[in-house]
Amino acid sequence: MKKSKNLFFITLLITLAFIISGCGYNSSNDSDGSGGDGGDSGKGDSDTKQVLNLIESAEIPTGDPTLATDAASFIVFGQTMEGLYVLDENDTPIPGIADGEPEISEDGKEYTFKIRENAKWSNGDPVTANDFVYSWRRAVNPEVASEYAYMFSGIIKNATEIINGKADKEDLGVEAVDENTLKVTLEQPVEYFDSLLAFGTYLPLNEKFVEEKGDKFGTNSENMLANGPFVLTDWDGSGLEWSYEPNEHYYDKDEVHLTKVNVQVAKTPNTAINLYQTDEADRTGALSAEYANQYQDDEEASTFKEGSSWYLKFNQERNGKDTPLANENIRKAIAMAFDKKSFTDTVLANGSIPSDGYVPEGLAKNPETDKDFREESGDLISYDVEKAQEYWKKGLEELGVEEIKLDYLSDDTENAKKTGEYFQNQLETNLEGLKIELTNVPFKVRLKKTTDQDYDIVMHGWGPDYLDPMTFLDLYLTDGTNNNTGYSSEEFDKLIDDAKVKYANDPQKRWEAMLEAEKLLIQEDTVIAPIYQRGRLVLIKPYVKNFHEHLFGPDYSLKYVKIEK
Amino acid sequence: MAKYLTQRIIYMIITLFIIASLTFFLMKFLPGTPFQNEEKLTEEQRIILDEKYGLDDPLPVQYANYMINIAKGDLGVSFQYDNQPVSSLLLKRIGPSLTLGFQAMFIGTIIGIMLGVLAALFQNTWIDYGSTFLAVLGKSIPSFVFAALLQYYIGVKLEWLPVASWNGFSYSIMPTIALAIFPIATAARFMRTELIEVFSSDYITLAKAKGNSRTEVAIKHAIRNALIPLITVLGPMAVSLMTGSMVIEQIFSIPGIGEQFVKSIQTNDFPIIMGTTIFFAFLLVVIILIVDILYGIIDPRIRLAGGDKHE
Repeated sequence: MKKSKNLFFITLLITLAFIISGCGYNSSNDSDGSGGDGGDSGKGDSDTKQVLNLIESAEIPTGDPTLATDAASFIVFGQTMEGLYVLDENDTPIPGIADGEPEISEDGKEYTFKIRENAKWSNGDPVTANDFVYSWRRAVNPEVASEYAYMFSGIIKNATEIINGKADKEDLGVEAVDENTLKVTLEQPVEYFDSLLAFGTYLPLNEKFVEEKGDKFGTNSENMLANGPFVLTDWDGSGLEWSYEPNEHYYDKDEVHLTKVNVQVAKTPNTAINLYQTDEADRTGALSAEYANQYQDDEEASTFKEGSSWYLKFNQERNGKDTPLANENIRKAIAMAFDKKSFTDTVLANGSIPSDGYVPEGLAKNPETDKDFREESGDLISYDVEKAQEYWKKGLEELGVEEIKLDYLSDDTENAKKTGEYFQNQLETNLEGLKIELTNVPFKVRLKKTTDQDYDIVMHGWGPDYLDPMTFLDLYLTDGTNNNTGYSSEEFDKLIDDAKVKYANDPQKRWEAMLEAEKLLIQEDTVIAPIYQRGRLVLIKPYVKNFHEHLFGPDYSLKYVKIEK
Repeated sequence: MAKYLTQRIIYMIITLFIIASLTFFLMKFLPGTPFQNEEKLTEEQRIILDEKYGLDDPLPVQYANYMINIAKGDLGVSFQYDNQPVSSLLLKRIGPSLTLGFQAMFIGTIIGIMLGVLAALFQNTWIDYGSTFLAVLGKSIPSFVFAALLQYYIGVKLEWLPVASWNGFSYSIMPTIALAIFPIATAARFMRTELIEVFSSDYITLAKAKGNSRTEVAIKHAIRNALIPLITVLGPMAVSLMTGSMVIEQIFSIPGIGEQFVKSIQTNDFPIIMGTTIFFAFLLVVIILIVDILYGIIDPRIRLAGGDKHE
């Protein structure tokens, strides 16, 4: 009797276990199964196979362009969707779904776009002017609560009022004149409007499809529609694998060479490298510092300058009191007292470049001379220990102290800690009497402490929302949401306001105002201390050609990629 | 037995309720919002978002709403994955973690028990030292180091097994081994100590005096008694293995729950934090119940309350 009871329990447990383990494989097989030969097909096959195997470092959070905020989602839209404009290989916005350049009214406020007549969605529907009207109205609709709705604020007429619930979404300055004609009315002329048109939140949406799917829209690859070179397949909504196949209805499909792209998420760089070395992947994601150091001289290593700028941000007012950093000489001393080049070369080693300015290289060009903003603005504050010490002495005298203790706030990742130690060492060595205390906290805590101005120095990075220096500069307006330093300068505010309003329709004057603003911000007032422009280092197989990377919007485009073995 | 079970199930529900409530309030102390683009949000936008997700309600109201929804079986919608219901996310992610955890547990305890028995049977011989050495190694080498080594040598160098990903049994072998190291070490150590103790007890001496061989005694009498303390450790360990090892899942790119749970805390994905915690807690109380029932089966001296009492 007792024996049989034992036996019963053990059998039960084992059965249960097998049921559970069975479930496990089934669910993953489902996501992979439909894709057929998936994962391994790239390996060891004949030369002509146009299959690319990629690695990403994070899951896709959403397939809904209106809700998307993160790199992984925008990479997907970069392959599967096309807006009025797209970015070419040099990050210049060029007409995409728009049939040529728009007609612009004299005051620069009214744009009339023609939509390509041969542009189609992957279900065969034509892409129409209404797709843009629907999508943009959806993005500013407070009920939809898009986190990127502010990308329309101050740009498209009435967007701000609609977002704040003071106007109906039908009042938005966008109108379908006919099926292929879209009229857009701006609040004021916007120099960088073409780059916004290439941005994810400005993509068109097929009204019928989105309404039909309702809450399910964008939650897996079945519930998505493409109008770009590829369609997303085999994505189950939260999985670590997905793939792309060519979009049969794409207007420019003859330019697309790849027949299949398989994507695998690998969150640790080590795994990515191992997959790369066993030919399971043709490209790794960005390698973190310890691996970048190891692979920087590898033949298959490739670096790219991203659009984000990193700097030390100085808090001048904490708990209602001036910090030592309210003293301009102290700020200048610190900004000149660390070696940026040795930092990017040894600590980061990932293609990041030292920077003596705030606006990153490659972002914007002079409207007349085509000269890069960074180049034209030049080196605004450089590493110079002697000068730093002079400023330091002067600053200490002005404050009437001999020693200063400051805390340095940053994230708690391995790399952030290493970076903190580097700056602690540099600053304490070069500036006598300075004591730096490192505070490493999780990302969300860092944000909170920064917004509350509960810090002295914070390691801060900023990436562009559009291709124009303004996306960096207007942070430090007196009432800028992300100012968080206590910096307030009438002169600076005026320059920014001039660039935004007064010279809105005068590109050259606007450009000069921005140059002046950056100079004031960095060289004269040294509100922040520029360090570097971030780069990324990846390994990519030499047979992958035409892989175009971008510093804004999607990290890369696969449209023209070709495998040449 | 039925009465005992009913009582236990009521306790289980109370426990779950307390855990859910505590987690809810602790979680709300986390700094920041659940919005991914937090840094660039304007104040007006944050207010709109808070309103949409009911985050502007007073805490007790949010708590009541959440509890009512849970009672209805609605775990809410994730913030990290827009419009994805927490229940479907959990369902998709829990499979691989359970599979891996179960495999590791199964292999781990069997090998561990065998090592422990061998060590005890051949006490103070090279077999014993070898097994102890392995156990110490298994306890002291972190599983991610072991995982990375496995991946490099077996996956990259020898190419015997796939490096990473999750597409069938062969993909689960390396992560299972990496994860099994800990249960092997734990089970081996426990088994050895317990067996040696049992071997010195009177009834074993009696069994031996009756002319049974040492192996026979070990199998028939000693192992069963030595298993009891082991079960106590194995219960909670099973939960920790099955709820996913974040590091192993990351290294082998397995779509499991462990890694997602940690990420949900870092990103303030409140519904996922709650859903996963409640699920883990549920698993834990169920396993504790199973362990208690198993006690009764393995050791007849332990009687479940309300069961047939002999004393």
